[in-house]
Amino acid sequence: MKKVYAYPKSLKRAPFHYCPGCGHSIVHRLVCEVIDEMNLQDKTIGIPPPGCSVFAYNYFDVDMAESAHGRGAAVATGAKRAFPDAIVFTYQGDGDLAAIGTAETIHAANRGEQITTIFVNNAVYGMTGGQMAPTTLVGQKTTTTPYGRDESLDGAPIKMSEILALVKGTVYIERVAVNSPDNIRKAKKAIRKAFQTQIYKLGFSMVEILSPCPTNWKMSPIESWQWVDREMTKVFPLGVIKDTTEKKDAD
Amino acid sequence: MKRIGMEGSLAIAEAAKAAHVDVVAAYPITPQTHIVEKLAELVATGELKADYIPVESEHSAMSACLGSCAVGARTFTATAGQGLELMHEVLYVASSMRLPIIMVVVNRSLSAPLSVWGDHSDVMAVRDCGWIQMFAENVQQAYDLTLCAFKIGEDHSVLFPVMVHVDGFHLSHVIEPYFVLNQEDIDGFIPPYRYPYALNPAKPVTLGAFGPPNVYTEAKKAQEVALLSTKKVILNTWTQFKKLSGRSYNPVEVYKTDDADVALMTMGSFSETAMLAIDSLRSQGLKVGLVRLRLWRPFPFDELRAAVSNLSTLIVFDRAISSGGPPGPVASEIRSALYPMKTRPKVVSFIGGLGGRDVTVQAFEKLIKKGIEKAKADQLTDYEMIEVRGQ
Ligand SMILES: Cc1ncc(C[n+]2csc(CCOP(=O)(O)OP(=O)(O)O)c2C)c(N)n1
Repeated sequence: MKKVYAYPKSLKRAPFHYCPGCGHSIVHRLVCEVIDEMNLQDKTIGIPPPGCSVFAYNYFDVDMAESAHGRGAAVATGAKRAFPDAIVFTYQGDGDLAAIGTAETIHAANRGEQITTIFVNNAVYGMTGGQMAPTTLVGQKTTTTPYGRDESLDGAPIKMSEILALVKGTVYIERVAVNSPDNIRKAKKAIRKAFQTQIYKLGFSMVEILSPCPTNWKMSPIESWQWVDREMTKVFPLGVIKDTTEKKDAD
Repeated sequence: MKRIGMEGSLAIAEAAKAAHVDVVAAYPITPQTHIVEKLAELVATGELKADYIPVESEHSAMSACLGSCAVGARTFTATAGQGLELMHEVLYVASSMRLPIIMVVVNRSLSAPLSVWGDHSDVMAVRDCGWIQMFAENVQQAYDLTLCAFKIGEDHSVLFPVMVHVDGFHLSHVIEPYFVLNQEDIDGFIPPYRYPYALNPAKPVTLGAFGPPNVYTEAKKAQEVALLSTKKVILNTWTQFKKLSGRSYNPVEVYKTDDADVALMTMGSFSETAMLAIDSLRSQGLKVGLVRLRLWRPFPFDELRAAVSNLSTLIVFDRAISSGGPPGPVASEIRSALYPMKTRPKVVSFIGGLGGRDVTVQAFEKLIKKGIEKAKADQLTDYEMIEVRGQ
């Protein structure tokens, strides 16, 4: 009989601690499926963040070194430079990447570091209890914006993928979502391409993943999936933001 | 006076609100979050007329505080553990520029291993940054000392930033009854804020100018003299606060030490647990007491010496480790403070309560008894980390 479904080898059989409906567990699985399919488990090093995914090492069966909040791209840079044969990825939330860690992210990208960033955007600081993040939508209620984000005070949602696309060292950036079977399949394809970019040593690659956070959005899982489509994708349109992989020769 | 039950973090936010802060700049971090969430809410509802700036990191939080304080705004922030570490560089700038930023530090251990729970590693890492620093032991004190911090820091003969240390979770997340002061009384106690050297193009000033070798030493000496001389105002403020509230605060506080031969020394919320251990040991006939350090900076040398001069043994309990150095940072400061005394108690050093591990009344009793034995045996050069598995 043909096997059509299996638990990814590089995903440990530990029960996820994530809330029901959270996107992190889906993203974990997708990354692990890609690692398995590309046969990378023995070469992969992951850099997880402080954030809801702080326990990523409990799930990914690859080497992992926890970074300080926001410093993933810098830690990954060090690991990859000193161990170029490894496949190094950072796994970061939007607080981690788009707030406290903006500087190192932009500079690692600008240097064209051969690393892959999995950027999980749930429009809030999830782990600390749902405060406003730079990615929070205008009008979105959070614990620090109880009447909604006010653009005149707090700015507009920051679009990290678009910002990073302007930087020369980035070669592949795509924004996907994990709120429907169709989108989940596309997300996996993007993750695969991002790792492929690293394998071909083409430069910095990132997949931004719009990910539901029912707990902090105060929605049911289904509502939160719909909210991604209805509200989030208006501000953060899905699709390839930058792809210059074709123009670069793999070396 | 009204007595109500409230979570520690919310009581602290109420204190900042009652002090009419103008600016709060903060980045969330467990276990500080409830303080800044509450302040954000008070600003959003209009109950607190202030700017709440949700900056992108603690480094920016302290820097934004620097800016708002420099133009004369009453400025408040709160952080914890890793966040305090990320502020580190700017902490020194704030104290050296003599900007009275008020900050509640919800004490949290430092990575790695990553821990959101409490100890005093974060405090010890910023020991030398030039801020006035004090410890609260319960929710009432956290509220009271936050109010006092504004009056102390902003006094024109002080002008130093102030940190109020509050144990993570043990104080920030517990609901305790506390007495709330009337707004009129608070307004009488904390005068409207006027920073004398505020940036103002009509009356130009420069803050934090370049300090080449021919002035740097003098600048540091002046700062040090100024910090040490803040104690008068601290004592004065606490005296006035007592008139207002009936609650008294002292740089070093004692519990049942009058006839004691041996005392334990603690800081922060564990002091209340330790008191129960003292009661229990006294009922077993041991003449023991407790000495609590309330004021951490400027260090209360005279008060400490007076409080321990009749003791034969002082057992110091640290909630941090100075790696590779004299292990207990507080014990090491106590030893150096007592060294010049002609007669002084023997100092025994214990470390525990790291990364949020609880220390029970029984554990304190055991530790005190062990400390007495070690002092008798003159075993004073080592230290002991309590309740370590697998050693
Ligand atoms: C220096 C520092 N500041 C603050 C924190 C507290 N903190 C941990 S995770 C986090 C934000 C998490 O949000 P995000 O990166 O969006 O990830 P999510 O939890 O939503 O997946 C914060 C503020 C910290 N660990 N270190």
